[in-house]
Amino acid sequence: MGGFPTLFYKELLRFWKVSFQTVAAPVLTALMYLVVFAYGLGDRGSAFPGVSYSQFLVPGLVMMSVLQNAFANSSSSLIQSKITGNVVFMLLPPISYVEFFAAYVLASMVRGLVVGAGVLVATVWFVDLSVAAPLWVLAFALMGSAILGALGLVAGIWADKFDQIAAFQNFVILPLTFLSGVFYSIQSLPPLWQKASHLNPFFYMIDGFRYGFFGASDTSPLASLAMVAVSFALLSALCLRMLRSGYKLRQ
Amino acid sequence: MTFAIEARNVEKRYGALQALAGVSLAIAEGEFFGLLGPNGAGKTTLISIVAGLARASAGSVSVMGADVSADYRRARRMLGVVPQELVFDPFFTVRETLRIQSGYFGLRGNDAWIDEVMHHLDLTGKADANMRTLSGGMKRRVLVAQALVHRPPVIVLDEPTAGVDVGLRQGLWQFIRRLNRDGHTIVLTTHYLEEAQELCDRIAMLKAGRVVALDSTRNLLETFSGLVLQLRLDRDALPEGIGADVLAAEGGQFTLRLRGYNALEDVLHQVRQSGAAIRELELQPADLEEVFLRVMEKH
Repeated sequence: MGGFPTLFYKELLRFWKVSFQTVAAPVLTALMYLVVFAYGLGDRGSAFPGVSYSQFLVPGLVMMSVLQNAFANSSSSLIQSKITGNVVFMLLPPISYVEFFAAYVLASMVRGLVVGAGVLVATVWFVDLSVAAPLWVLAFALMGSAILGALGLVAGIWADKFDQIAAFQNFVILPLTFLSGVFYSIQSLPPLWQKASHLNPFFYMIDGFRYGFFGASDTSPLASLAMVAVSFALLSALCLRMLRSGYKLRQ
Repeated sequence: MTFAIEARNVEKRYGALQALAGVSLAIAEGEFFGLLGPNGAGKTTLISIVAGLARASAGSVSVMGADVSADYRRARRMLGVVPQELVFDPFFTVRETLRIQSGYFGLRGNDAWIDEVMHHLDLTGKADANMRTLSGGMKRRVLVAQALVHRPPVIVLDEPTAGVDVGLRQGLWQFIRRLNRDGHTIVLTTHYLEEAQELCDRIAMLKAGRVVALDSTRNLLETFSGLVLQLRLDRDALPEGIGADVLAAEGGQFTLRLRGYNALEDVLHQVRQSGAAIRELELQPADLEEVFLRVMEKH
């Protein structure tokens, strides 16, 4: 048995030890969004028949939390290890680059899913929500968290300082999630922006995830799943290549 | 023969900088080996390549016969490294840190050995303390413990006593010596040359990425250092053509380097013949600092 189970466990333990900040805080943030958008701004209805705006919003908020936290986990863990220098403890043992990738991405998925589940459970008190196709929900939650976990790992490998991770979060992750249809259906956008949204991989994650709840979506869930799977494959290939070459980790 | 560490023509370039310019070394199993050199000589680069933290631009390195890149899993299992920087993971306690490090090597249920290592390094009382709360010396001990969790036959210590108080230094060396007696190969870099002189069987000196001296500590001392003679005369000048290198001369105070005891007789004879009187005389045995300075001067 190699070092994978321990590295995975260490990554879980790391965020669990500060779960107030890594789990409770993002759940609270998502609830604030729900309060402000669904109640504060009034129920505006949704693009799907029989679905209220607050019902429409919840899956978007859940998925947004899954994605942001999966990214935050791998990126912040690795950049901290690099800056404090303790990454050396993971580079000295015989841990292969595939094990390294798997441990970081899986732990990020767990964090994303735990926060997502937390948001879902918290919002159940406010919003009446049913799940039409649970397997789609699960598939998109898993794929979405895996993609962002891998993206976080890429960012963590590439970045040399915390600023760069923050910039990645604020200038890439945040706009892509906000403009992916978390808060609105892209059907309500002008045609040009609808087209533009189709270039955003986050749109497919959220749209497919939402399909699992309502059985309705802007794009067919199969097409979304294909887009998401291709994104994951490309990103994983990039990340594994970086790890194998030792880019910025081994001189 | 399998060497604990064998480096063959190792080169390392960082852009235009040549950190290692063809280093070849073979360290036998069970040796206590010193790697010395001024800052920037390439010691840490060489250690990083041995540990797989850096990759050689040319040449190859093996640990206990396992190539550090082709057979990296075996090579890394054979090696324990105490890094120079005082690094730690602030999320964990001492025991968690050691269990995790052990798990990285695929070892579970290693608590008996972890307890033993903690005991020898005087860490038992701090087992459940968070790493953040430890003093610098304690953190240094945890680094040593982390390097030993997988019982590696070869242990590399990169300046383990930098900034460590005397008490801990003594305790640490006692423990490392014991490991060496038990058959572990120890490779040490240090700026404290008296430590290297006392501990190491054999020494390599690096300068500008090259090995400029490689011999047993005893031979190095005999070849390069000889004796240092402190002399105070009743006059300001030494006799003409005195048979020794003059290291310092001030007032009637002279510091001379002698090849050996024969040279001492010659010098004293010359002084007597010149009619000078000796007021004070002190003879210092060879020391590694002197060797180091002379080797570095020569290359």
